[in-house]
Amino acid sequence: MEIAEKVIPPRTHYLNATYGVKSWLLTTDHKRIALLYLASVTFFFFLGGLFAVGIRLELLTPKGDFVQAETYNRMFTMHGVVMIFFFLIPAIPAVLGNFLVPLMIGAKDLAFPRINLLSWYIYTLGAAFTVFAIILGGVDTGWTFYTPYSSTYSNGNVVLTGVGAFITGFSSILTGLNFIVTIHTMRAPGLTWFRLPLFIWSHYATSLIMILGTPVIAVTLLLLALERIVHIGIFDPALGGDPVLFQHLFWFYSHPAVYIMVLPAMGVISELVANMTRKNIFGYKFVAFASLAIAVFGFLVWGHHLFVSTQSVYAGMVFSILSYAVAVPSAVKVFNWTATLYKGSISYNTPMLYAFGFIGFFIIGGMTGLFLAALGVDVHVHDTYFVVAHFHYIMVGGTIMGYLGGMHYWWPKITGRMYPEAWARFAALVVFVGFNLTFFPQFLLGYMGMPRRYYAYPEEFQVLNVMSSAGASILGIGYLIPMIYFIWSMRYGPHASANPWGAFGLEWKTSSPPPTLNFEKTPVVTWEAYEFTPREEMVVVSVRDVLDETLRPRPVGSE
Amino acid sequence: MQVPVPFSPDQASSYSGQVDALYGFLCVLTFVVGVVLSLVIIYFAIKYRRREETEVGKPIEGSMKLELAWSIIPFCLSMGIFVWGASLYYKMYRAPGEALEVYVVAKQWMWKFQHLDGQREINELHVPVGRKIKLMLTTEDVIHSFFVPAFRVKLDVVPGKYSTMWFEPTKAGRFHLFCAEYCGTSHSGMIGWIDVMEAAEYQSWLSGGAAEGSLASSGEKLFQQLACNTCHRSDAQGRGPVLEGVFGKEVQFQDGQRLIADESYIRESIITPRAKVVAGFQPIMPTFQGQVSEEQLLQLVAYLKSIGAKSPGAASTNAQPAKPAPPQQ
Repeated sequence: MEIAEKVIPPRTHYLNATYGVKSWLLTTDHKRIALLYLASVTFFFFLGGLFAVGIRLELLTPKGDFVQAETYNRMFTMHGVVMIFFFLIPAIPAVLGNFLVPLMIGAKDLAFPRINLLSWYIYTLGAAFTVFAIILGGVDTGWTFYTPYSSTYSNGNVVLTGVGAFITGFSSILTGLNFIVTIHTMRAPGLTWFRLPLFIWSHYATSLIMILGTPVIAVTLLLLALERIVHIGIFDPALGGDPVLFQHLFWFYSHPAVYIMVLPAMGVISELVANMTRKNIFGYKFVAFASLAIAVFGFLVWGHHLFVSTQSVYAGMVFSILSYAVAVPSAVKVFNWTATLYKGSISYNTPMLYAFGFIGFFIIGGMTGLFLAALGVDVHVHDTYFVVAHFHYIMVGGTIMGYLGGMHYWWPKITGRMYPEAWARFAALVVFVGFNLTFFPQFLLGYMGMPRRYYAYPEEFQVLNVMSSAGASILGIGYLIPMIYFIWSMRYGPHASANPWGAFGLEWKTSSPPPTLNFEKTPVVTWEAYEFTPREEMVVVSVRDVLDETLRPRPVGSE
Repeated sequence: MQVPVPFSPDQASSYSGQVDALYGFLCVLTFVVGVVLSLVIIYFAIKYRRREETEVGKPIEGSMKLELAWSIIPFCLSMGIFVWGASLYYKMYRAPGEALEVYVVAKQWMWKFQHLDGQREINELHVPVGRKIKLMLTTEDVIHSFFVPAFRVKLDVVPGKYSTMWFEPTKAGRFHLFCAEYCGTSHSGMIGWIDVMEAAEYQSWLSGGAAEGSLASSGEKLFQQLACNTCHRSDAQGRGPVLEGVFGKEVQFQDGQRLIADESYIRESIITPRAKVVAGFQPIMPTFQGQVSEEQLLQLVAYLKSIGAKSPGAASTNAQPAKPAPPQQ
């Protein structure tokens, strides 16, 4: 590898520009704020992971014997709440997005640096409420907070947890707002919309969902708290309310929230695929608009979570058909990434391994989405482990693979150090194997009829559950290894050059780590996205070319 | 339609094989798509692996034809799956005209069943094989979900309303009944059995229990105990409307709206009498919320059904009136 430079002259960059706790806690540098978020989300990832360990240990045996039912219910609830609100939603946008959006568009910072810092404090405040709720004993409603269980019957800390999620939502809104304004107003001269990296397109789409969707969950949680405290009677049927209304409101945000989690990961994958094959993304505009299409259609499909909740049959059909509509742009992205590989210069570095893993998981996660959108099949698999497996394929197999791939890819830019490549490839493999072993058996369990959120289960489900728990322990190791070598590399990793991957994009045109104001002077963009080769040499490919190319090397006359 | 699918529960209802067929198709489709894409990716990854550090890929613009192809083909395919899935769903949630009715009340953490002939069961439901069974479900507390994997049916049971579902068992045996909607501490303990029996066995089971008389007769007793009959008198002299012949018939309200009197309407009229006041009457009826349990409400419903419009002898097990049920409520 040509990546490591032996001697680096001492130089001022964003990490060593100032020192001291205050310089971090009062920073308005988007890169430092990204690192604050990195520390926070990493903490919550391992906290949520700890709950997952408890869940998988309990499910090793059919009988409830590891913890009490009440404890188990609190564990899966806190696993969901922590992972979704405090890890998956902020992970890529608030860490990688915060770090990279200004760098990728050639700006000095985000449009509102102080609001950016504020959003980290809001996140931390919300997180503090939730941690406090956990310390007080947690909550047992499931992360979905369905009424009337959450509003009347649960004896957990529903309101406190809800307040945590409510507050954190505002940090999401502010981040989205910041990104949208930044992308609109602060692009470097010459950086037109269609020259933007696809990471920016996907973050733009994500930001739209954040600012349009998050207020709805805020209102929903507020109504839930009011219902629980003063019994306003909006969800309680005894007071004339409708408990299913809560589900509509909840999923109106929480389904698009799935796209808040996965769209940024798709952005990362587009960067990885383009830069690790050193060519432009096949069908750039289609991939870019697919992000927007997903963001828009994502708002119209919430009812597919309510196929068995006594909503009208006809509403079910409308939501089913719209769910299929959102599947198309997702498929388009996968096909375009695959086509990008054609005639590329494909590297097998760790980031690319994560990209391969992402595509594989996303195919399974996406295809099983078709099962769930099929009304007749959903009736059977709804609220079973099939759903659990499906959304873990999307969120863990998708978002976390994208996040880890991105962390490896931009690690030299963030820290100025390389991570140990051999260990990283090994960890990627462990994650891939562990993940499949954990979650694939859950599809089978679901179709066999094992409902989710079961503390004890009939014996016929044990074998698959043991497989899943075994996989989870492998997966856990797969996540610990990068944690260890990343920390190691911050001190001992070889120094990274400005562009260790030979990648394309403005973030690689400044030093690693970048100076506080990102660029020595504002770049002027005269090139297209991922323009590894001059544009004149661009060719339009046809299916026939691909087939000719594929079939030519085969020996003639072998029959 | 008995396609065996690995890792699937028993196929024990008329619906199971049909769900498995679509599921099987989707599995094959997923397998094909997964394998083809994986092979293409692996092939490209090997063939176009980076050979020297400074190598770059061949720039390729894209292809409109390919983009259209891989947008339109998946779209058409998914529309096909939609139609297939939706037609199953429609069948499943449209209650059949003629069915054996059972009333179900869920509560934390048990399933209570009431048969029209008066048998009551907890966490165990006996039904005959080969008959359409229609369940009317409600809950005393939180949302539960009635899930029988072997029948491939599931429906949430929502407080404050009646949900209807049906199935036709095709195989005798004992099948799991699960609660599929998280409902609190013992959610995973809210499980039971559906006992599907041969017709003759079922008849002898029926004649075994039922000390208290039919559901409708319990309802009639309750109707008198609660003094409903002081206002709802059959001689048209009462302050409330005559209830004979009301069930299954259109009712007109003060505000001019009309509605076919069904189970939900009766329930609502007992719990919140002033929500819909029959034309020509005063809103004077007090609420019975908190005074009658969900089970008693069902008994009252069964009684009013038995004196309803179209089925005078409704206390038998064939009590389903021939009205077209709304697809799902």
